[in-house]
Amino acid sequence: MNTKTLWYILKRIALALLTVWVVITVTFFVMRAVPGGPFLGEKAISEAAQAALEAKYGLDKPLMEQYITYLKDIVTAFDFGPSLKLRGRNVMDIITDGMGVSVKLGLVAAGIALVVGVVLGAVAALRRNKLVDKVIMVITTACISMPSFILGTLLLLVFALQLAIVPANGETAKGLILPIITLSLSPMANITRLTRSSMLDVLGQDYIRTARAKGVSQMKIIFGHALKNSLIPVITYVGPMLAYIVTGSLVVEQIFAVPGIGRYFVSSITGRDYPLIMGTTIVLATLIVIMNLLSDIMYKIVDPRINLE
Amino acid sequence: MKKNPFSLHVSLDDFAPATDAEKAYMVQMRPSTTFFKDGMKRLLKNKIATISMIVIILVTLAALILPVFWPYSYDAMLGVNPGRPVDASYNNLAPFQFGETELERMAEGEKIFPHVFGTDSAGRDYFIRVVYGTRISLSVGFFASIIVLIIGMTVGSIAGYFGGKVDLIIMRIVDIIYSLPDMLMVILLASVLKQSGLNEAIEGTILEKLGGNIISLFIIFALLYWVSMSRQIRGQILSLKEQEYVLAARATGAKGSWVITKHLLPNCISVVIISTCLQIPSAIFTESYLSFLGLGVNAPMPSLGSLASDALNGITTYPHRLVIPAVVISLIVLSLNLFGDGLRDAFDPKLKN
Repeated sequence: MNTKTLWYILKRIALALLTVWVVITVTFFVMRAVPGGPFLGEKAISEAAQAALEAKYGLDKPLMEQYITYLKDIVTAFDFGPSLKLRGRNVMDIITDGMGVSVKLGLVAAGIALVVGVVLGAVAALRRNKLVDKVIMVITTACISMPSFILGTLLLLVFALQLAIVPANGETAKGLILPIITLSLSPMANITRLTRSSMLDVLGQDYIRTARAKGVSQMKIIFGHALKNSLIPVITYVGPMLAYIVTGSLVVEQIFAVPGIGRYFVSSITGRDYPLIMGTTIVLATLIVIMNLLSDIMYKIVDPRINLE
Repeated sequence: MKKNPFSLHVSLDDFAPATDAEKAYMVQMRPSTTFFKDGMKRLLKNKIATISMIVIILVTLAALILPVFWPYSYDAMLGVNPGRPVDASYNNLAPFQFGETELERMAEGEKIFPHVFGTDSAGRDYFIRVVYGTRISLSVGFFASIIVLIIGMTVGSIAGYFGGKVDLIIMRIVDIIYSLPDMLMVILLASVLKQSGLNEAIEGTILEKLGGNIISLFIIFALLYWVSMSRQIRGQILSLKEQEYVLAARATGAKGSWVITKHLLPNCISVVIISTCLQIPSAIFTESYLSFLGLGVNAPMPSLGSLASDALNGITTYPHRLVIPAVVISLIVLSLNLFGDGLRDAFDPKLKN
């Protein structure tokens, strides 16, 4: 690693920190801009009760003071304050509760998408313009064109309700099969296409021709020479893929009733639980920013030829 | 007089007007092709892109024309008649079934237009709701892309052309917006804009019918989604502005805005068209996603996403209500994506590997 790469990584980390700060600030001020405050939708409450509630949650202080307290609590203690609707629970507790299942779900889905996608992409590239290639391309194009919630509901309809192979409820391990498939299909299709095109690109390079001319076996060419280099563009996709999985899991958890963070997020939107909306937005956004940061840095380290400036 | 072969005198014969035969010789055998015609020729050769284009045109025409003469409207509950009790036999009809009063009228020999996809739980004709939903989804996709196009093009061309500090500042802002997780920000803004009195502000205007959520969707697109478009335009402008014709225009005293609008933007038109075309399906995606979360169009206005989300409640008994909007939305997105790819191959052959 030379100084230029190091400099790039530092710059990238600075940008990531800035982004997280922007997310927190935007979330805070946008939420405070809601007219009437978070208690407007409650049953008619007296002004005294309203004032008491606002004093309890610190909403009567000047805006800047609230902002600084909020920021300080997050940075020093990961504290997003109490939830408004689930009385007596902290936003952070709710998030850590739901996070376990969601992370498991997301990681398994990402892993499946990566492995299957790379294999299918390599197969398609090696059998270019043959039947296998065409079938793979048609299926992946169809997968990309379906929003995850449509895919999820259709899978639910066919496999859980009509055929009754798996439970429709995502609370058991078996019930997580469908959510995982739903989440992994679209990224898998993208990875397949990405691997295919970069593999075709690599297979046309001079060093592959040289290896062929030297009489290296086909297997060794594919696994020893071609695959490694054709995986570089896939690394760039890992960040966006995890972002897709995070946002996709919001609706997928809703559809399959998985007790993860996404379900809390959706119910916090409909229930207007502002601290919970803010907390989950910030945590998920930070997660996505970190993923993007890691995949960018990986990309730079793996292939130093690339100039990302 | 014999002509001296080394003489520098100009012979007048060389400047005689051309005869008709000579002129005919110079006429081109076929008309020269323009950039657009050339691209269209390549596009029409691409079978998949042509089929997708036909599908898009058919779906758009159907969404525009069918509601005009369809006997039912998207928000009319067929079982509800003024002065009479609600006729529940109209709710949840299966495809091609009729309500009780309709059956009576048919027994008397009257012809009744069939409910092609049945009715929903409130007794509304489902076919026309799907058509309306398609119309809403398509127009959201279209207008959102236009907004993205205008903002992205303006910002991108300014950053690319002026360079220096302007470019640096704009691109840092673009960097930050680009790394914001867009979907989360969309959900956040949509859930807030829903409460923020937007509905009162647009009351009485033409926007009211669209509903505050769709307006907030447009606002979100205007705020967040222009960045990748502006990055592409900036890249194009950066390479185009080094061309000689730009130098020539500047040397003759053309102002920045003139050079951008007359020389630079027309030359990146293919990039603009392609990314606008690919923006539409992503906007449709976003709209259906938000509708699914309950942050989309206002009831009773349907969109494909909200239809699918409503169908979830009766998924075991009425699966067709989920399948139909799902198929329509996938068809639209798929054909728009394929058409966009075809456009890129046809109008930007350099990109094709």
